[in-house]
Amino acid sequence: MSHRAVTTERRSTKAVLILLTLVLMAVLLLMPLVVVFAEAFRRGLPAVLDAIVQPEAVSAILLSLLVAAISVPLNTVCGLAAAWCIGHFRFPGRGLLITLVELPFSVSPVISGLVWVLLFGANGWLGPVLDRAGLRIVFAMPGLVLATLFVTFPFVARTLIPLMQNQTAIEEEAAITLGASGWQTFWRVTLPNIRWGLLYGVLLCNARAMGEFGAVAVVSGHIRGQTMTMPLQVEALFNDYDWVGAFTIAALLSLLAVLTLGAKAALEWRIGTASGGLL
Amino acid sequence: MKVELRDIRKSFSPERAALEGVNLTIQDGEFLALLGPSGSGKTTLLRILAGLDFAEAGSILFDGRSMESVPARERGIGFVFQHYALFRHLTVARNVAFGLEIRPRKRRPAHAEIRARVERLLDLLGIGELGGRYPAQLSGGQRQRVALARALATEPGLMLLDEPFGALDAQVRRNLRVWLRELHVRMGLTSVFVTHDQDEAIEMADRVAVLSAGRLQQVDRPERLYANPATPFVHAFLGETSRLPSIVQDGVARIDLVPSAAIPTNCRPGRAFALVRSHEIGLLPGPGPARVASVHAAGPLTRVHLRLGELGIDVLRQPESWVPAIGETCDLDLSRATIYPLDPP
Repeated sequence: MSHRAVTTERRSTKAVLILLTLVLMAVLLLMPLVVVFAEAFRRGLPAVLDAIVQPEAVSAILLSLLVAAISVPLNTVCGLAAAWCIGHFRFPGRGLLITLVELPFSVSPVISGLVWVLLFGANGWLGPVLDRAGLRIVFAMPGLVLATLFVTFPFVARTLIPLMQNQTAIEEEAAITLGASGWQTFWRVTLPNIRWGLLYGVLLCNARAMGEFGAVAVVSGHIRGQTMTMPLQVEALFNDYDWVGAFTIAALLSLLAVLTLGAKAALEWRIGTASGGLL
Repeated sequence: MKVELRDIRKSFSPERAALEGVNLTIQDGEFLALLGPSGSGKTTLLRILAGLDFAEAGSILFDGRSMESVPARERGIGFVFQHYALFRHLTVARNVAFGLEIRPRKRRPAHAEIRARVERLLDLLGIGELGGRYPAQLSGGQRQRVALARALATEPGLMLLDEPFGALDAQVRRNLRVWLRELHVRMGLTSVFVTHDQDEAIEMADRVAVLSAGRLQQVDRPERLYANPATPFVHAFLGETSRLPSIVQDGVARIDLVPSAAIPTNCRPGRAFALVRSHEIGLLPGPGPARVASVHAAGPLTRVHLRLGELGIDVLRQPESWVPAIGETCDLDLSRATIYPLDPP
């Protein structure tokens, strides 16, 4: 070795530690992924394609996309607003608000679903009122959206809160002294400053919105072809012993996760190089 | 632009200092320094002028017009922030053009006109070749100039500068001082700048407003500030000063630690203290209460550190003048000291 290492452990110790990590990663992370794809393709590509075009599968895929398409933009706007508010103002209850933003992370997803059933279900607080008005929330699409909104709320807000303070706030003041209005400041200074962080938060939010199981399972009612999102459909097919069907949908979800991870890694690299680590 | 501050008050908040009864008029074309130690409220006062902070009481007039309900963006000011606050995602040229590009269409110059104006400004500030760079690629001094160019682009009636040289090293600082002063004159600006550096204030400003603990101590031309300090704070803050306890009786101040001193004063009788600048203390050879602890060269001068009872006192000696040896005793000539009452009435 031409250079000396700072640590004095023997090379064998290092090798063992590295090997252990790699084995663990392979068993715990890589293998399940491989299994999902292997199981899906066990009977070949035609079977996979056939599983995807099943009406129930198509319905699940479309529903998942729809739920994500509604809840991700909503949470993006709300997250932006919350982060902006927390980053710019000192007000009583600010600390509480920061804690509340993170609440969905610490609450079990089952509870995140259950609250909506207790609120809007047939025997819930508002159930009778909604029933008379002819509105269905629980065991229908609105319930799925509500549960997803709740579970995925923290992603955008949490990524943005640290970015909204300090340097961004000072640049906003500079823009104002130069004559910029509130909206001009937002579009020309705030948004460009936080864009990578925002994209990052939206990606994570989207991944979770598509993959959420617990909260959605409670409010779904499991009506096939109607209120089954992709993760729920996987479970249903699995229980039907339809291995190829279950693993095909699972593979689709996994593919989405891998793509998200890839995009996230690319973003992190971009953030790191573009601003010298200074987001 | 003429700026008037009338009875500005802002009460204490955890982060920023309070201001109390601040009255100040800045003449058109004037270069005024707000000088004070950190926490004296000078930055708060500057931000109130800009409309980035708000006073609880008092009024601000720009050319006689109340700024009460005029938001920061409509005050027509240029603000240079302590750490420049350049837009990191825009090039230097776009940074400078920002204030013009965001104007409503009716008041916005044509695209080519904006480009030409930005180029002229960058050339004027000596950074013509940096237009395509991003702030992260600039040195501190260059960023400072970009921040100035950006603030100047909208042709503000009032320039506000918050510690404009605070983040620069000493050499760059000295060069920029002279340069900024010239720029101020050449462009016919009215400027207010905040600093905690007395040399900077004295060297650059037409008048200096000294702030301490949220109150204006004195607003005066630099040389008068130095020669006729209005308060002990101003006296001690400008220049190196020693403080000696004293007692006033029958129009004469006596200093316990220096029995030979009898300083005529019109300070009222009772307990008092003497303030005297290091270079105004005379040293008299022979027996006396002071003992020389150390002697150092201080540029062209010589710094003599004396022990006077429990106190340590620094004396600056002119070149060629007598300097005692270490361990020697000597007497002090304190006739140029100023006496202030200890307990304000």
